[in-house]
Amino acid sequence: MALVDDHAAHTHGHADAHHEPGFLGKYVFSQDHKVIGIQYGFTSLVFLLFGFTLMMLMRWQLAFPGKPIPLVGALFGQLNAPGGIMLPEFYNQLGAMHGTIMVFLGIVPLAVGAFGNYLVPLQIGAPDMAFPKLNMASYWIYFVGGVIMLTSFFLPGGAAQSGWTSYPPLSDIAPTGQTAWLFGMLCLIISSLLGSTNFIVTIIQLRAPGLTWMRLPFFVWAQFVTSFLLLLAFPALQAAAVLQGMDRLAGTSFFLPSGLVVSGQQLAVSGGGSPLLWQHLFWFLAHPEVYVLILPAFGIIAEVIANNTRKPLWGYKSLVYSVVFLGFMSFIVWAHHMFMTGMGTVMSTFFQITTMIISVPSVIVLTAFIISLWGGSIRFTVPMLFALAFLPMFAIGGLTGLPLGLAPTDIHLHDTYYVIGHFHYVVAPGTIFAMFAGIYYWFPKLTGKKMSDVLGKIHFWFSFLFINGIFMPMLWQGLAGVSRRLYDGGDSYSHAQGVLGLNKMMSYSAWGLALAQLPFIINLFWSMAKGKKVGSNYWDATTLEWAATTSPPLAHGNFAEVPTVVRGPYDYSLPGAPKDFTPQHEG
Amino acid sequence: MAQTHDAESIRKETRTYIGVFIALAVLTVLTVGVSYFHLPPALAIGVALLIAAFKGSLVAGFFMHLFHERKLIYWVLVLTVFFFLVLLFYPTFSAWDQRHL
Amino acid sequence: MEIPYNSEARPDTGLYNAKLGIWLFLASEVMLFGALFSSYILLRTGAPSWPHGRDLGLNVPLATLNTMVLIASSVTVVLSWASLRLGDIRKFRLYMGLTILCGLGFLVIKYFEYMEKFHHGHFPSFNTFFAIYFTLTGLHGLHVIGGMIVNGYLWGPGAKMWKTDPQRFTNRIEVAGLYWHFVDLVWIFLFPTLYLL
Repeated sequence: MALVDDHAAHTHGHADAHHEPGFLGKYVFSQDHKVIGIQYGFTSLVFLLFGFTLMMLMRWQLAFPGKPIPLVGALFGQLNAPGGIMLPEFYNQLGAMHGTIMVFLGIVPLAVGAFGNYLVPLQIGAPDMAFPKLNMASYWIYFVGGVIMLTSFFLPGGAAQSGWTSYPPLSDIAPTGQTAWLFGMLCLIISSLLGSTNFIVTIIQLRAPGLTWMRLPFFVWAQFVTSFLLLLAFPALQAAAVLQGMDRLAGTSFFLPSGLVVSGQQLAVSGGGSPLLWQHLFWFLAHPEVYVLILPAFGIIAEVIANNTRKPLWGYKSLVYSVVFLGFMSFIVWAHHMFMTGMGTVMSTFFQITTMIISVPSVIVLTAFIISLWGGSIRFTVPMLFALAFLPMFAIGGLTGLPLGLAPTDIHLHDTYYVIGHFHYVVAPGTIFAMFAGIYYWFPKLTGKKMSDVLGKIHFWFSFLFINGIFMPMLWQGLAGVSRRLYDGGDSYSHAQGVLGLNKMMSYSAWGLALAQLPFIINLFWSMAKGKKVGSNYWDATTLEWAATTSPPLAHGNFAEVPTVVRGPYDYSLPGAPKDFTPQHEG
Repeated sequence: MAQTHDAESIRKETRTYIGVFIALAVLTVLTVGVSYFHLPPALAIGVALLIAAFKGSLVAGFFMHLFHERKLIYWVLVLTVFFFLVLLFYPTFSAWDQRHL
Repeated sequence: MEIPYNSEARPDTGLYNAKLGIWLFLASEVMLFGALFSSYILLRTGAPSWPHGRDLGLNVPLATLNTMVLIASSVTVVLSWASLRLGDIRKFRLYMGLTILCGLGFLVIKYFEYMEKFHHGHFPSFNTFFAIYFTLTGLHGLHVIGGMIVNGYLWGPGAKMWKTDPQRFTNRIEVAGLYWHFVDLVWIFLFPTLYLL
């Protein structure tokens, strides 16, 4: 409990110190950031699994086009998969929803909602987030958005099927599921906006005494910049969703050009709209969004590397300036997703330049992480394995982005499997590996128990193997010119024939990756119940969440006493210190 | 925020608010009046936006106390305004840039 | 367990939490309306011709009145905050009540405007002008409604906090006022853009 004297509590009439919430108030409609963080965690992991399942279905179609889906083929009904054979429309639904669910219902809620919510107040020595009620609202609005997205599969015509990017005019005239997508997105955006406001105020206002900006754990800096991105970029997609909603429901033509002909008939709308307008508004959000996907991962990797090398991070200042600069630049690169729209040379030049510039801070961050390993006393714990793998995987993801950011090469690569390979390298063996690192790392703090190292290592090695098996061939297929979002995986194109054999390999890898997650899921639940009990600072870490709290942290207020911070976040192996780590609040 | 707690300065602020209200009312009448002159489009847009910006700064500066606000708020807003301008003009500029294509 | 800096300001930032929070939220709202204004600019400059609001039957005098109503409500809400700082809960109730009434007046006038347009067959689907007109004013109107709900709550049940934590309640009124001023600010730009240009 923070140092609040009872007299003040009585004067202000705050009932919370004296009245225990019931079951609903404690576990369902909780205002405690730790409970909310766990709620976000479980919900997002379920969504990730669901989104992964959608992709596994797609990979069946790509490996064995036109063959009935085994085991579960009958479940999808006649409208989606007659005789168990996937229809193109269903394939498109799976594709659009896989992307939407993974990005908006999976990764961001896990990275920000779960990790951010749980850890930020603990790492800054705060009793909770600045606005606990708002925090609770953020979670439940996210939940509602998720339900809307999932149930859209059951609407007539099925779920959204115009890509996660929902480009008009196609999305404007798509079946009802697209409208549900718009409403789902509105919920998710509102949830995000409330959440990001909460994070920024919390980090600015509730830092413990002595916790100056340059003593913040890098994880907190990453969440701080991420929140600004969400705050200022999401409204553009919100506006776009409103406009598309008007097009679909009120008969407007924001995105419908004049004279549009659909199935031989001219559309009876007023026209005068611009499909490019959607793209500008969408990508104005979606580009910063990809940095939202990676920044929390950077934050987690930083914590795990510092802890498992037993030395301070190299280049803390560079890391901080880099992510701040990255955040700023992320707002002015979006049209590199639009090079193929007939862009003029001035705009094209501008966006190529800013895109090249933005690669610099990412390289600085990666380099700082790699140099941090030099001279370190490396402990190959399970979190560290994932963190180490992150480094080359993110490097591949980042490097493969360069030809996409330069218009001349983008001409060949845009909308091919190369793009899918590129971004999956960053998000899958990139961000998701960082998420795994974080789960294995902070599990002891949340539960007071540790996860099994054996199962963890099995999980790691097989995931690493199979994930490369899925995405490396995609880069190859893309270079050969195979377009994305093709129901037949490129089969009808002569230029694709030489690389189509890779489809089977990728699909087997995908299913292998699914199997590789079983040790993780088993480990997670078994360890929660029967894992070996450990102390509050299992990893001998320096940041406040380990050193000033219990495991799990106190239900009310987090800390028995408000800590006073006297040093930076990574004082490992301080010369002359009694232990190889000195917690932030120890004098 | 202009956090003075003594009654006299608060009452002075109140008089300022009334003054700002009158200014806003006058400017509203002005902007409507000017619109009847059918100025050429560029000029009409310029004048209307100028008057709106002036009214807006009165609301922001006095009613929202921005003239006396903390630096942190200023910087958040400066950042926002920069991105706002980018969002406002780039799509149209992009369309203009490809007008020959 | 208390969250610090809800009532008093944090010394180094000079802000209490909700004030920072509302400005951040308003920053996101600037981006939201910015995106819509950006759409307006793109659609208008891309159109072969764009009508004047007046020529399409937009009621300029009525909208001017509405503008005055909203500006008046901005004054009343800031006066309600000043009243609280002077410790006068009754004056607060008066001014906040006036604010809510003005908001209601704004919505009523908007209702009549919309009805008149629908009567003439001018729906959002009619042309791009009306599409953006209804979207911009509609979204603005939703923000007015939202503000009125908050103001209504603070005028009514929310005012109980005046007895238990007057400083925090005063802060809440300031914060609600900031949101309300923003809604007025958006209208100050919307009005000339849609009605006069």
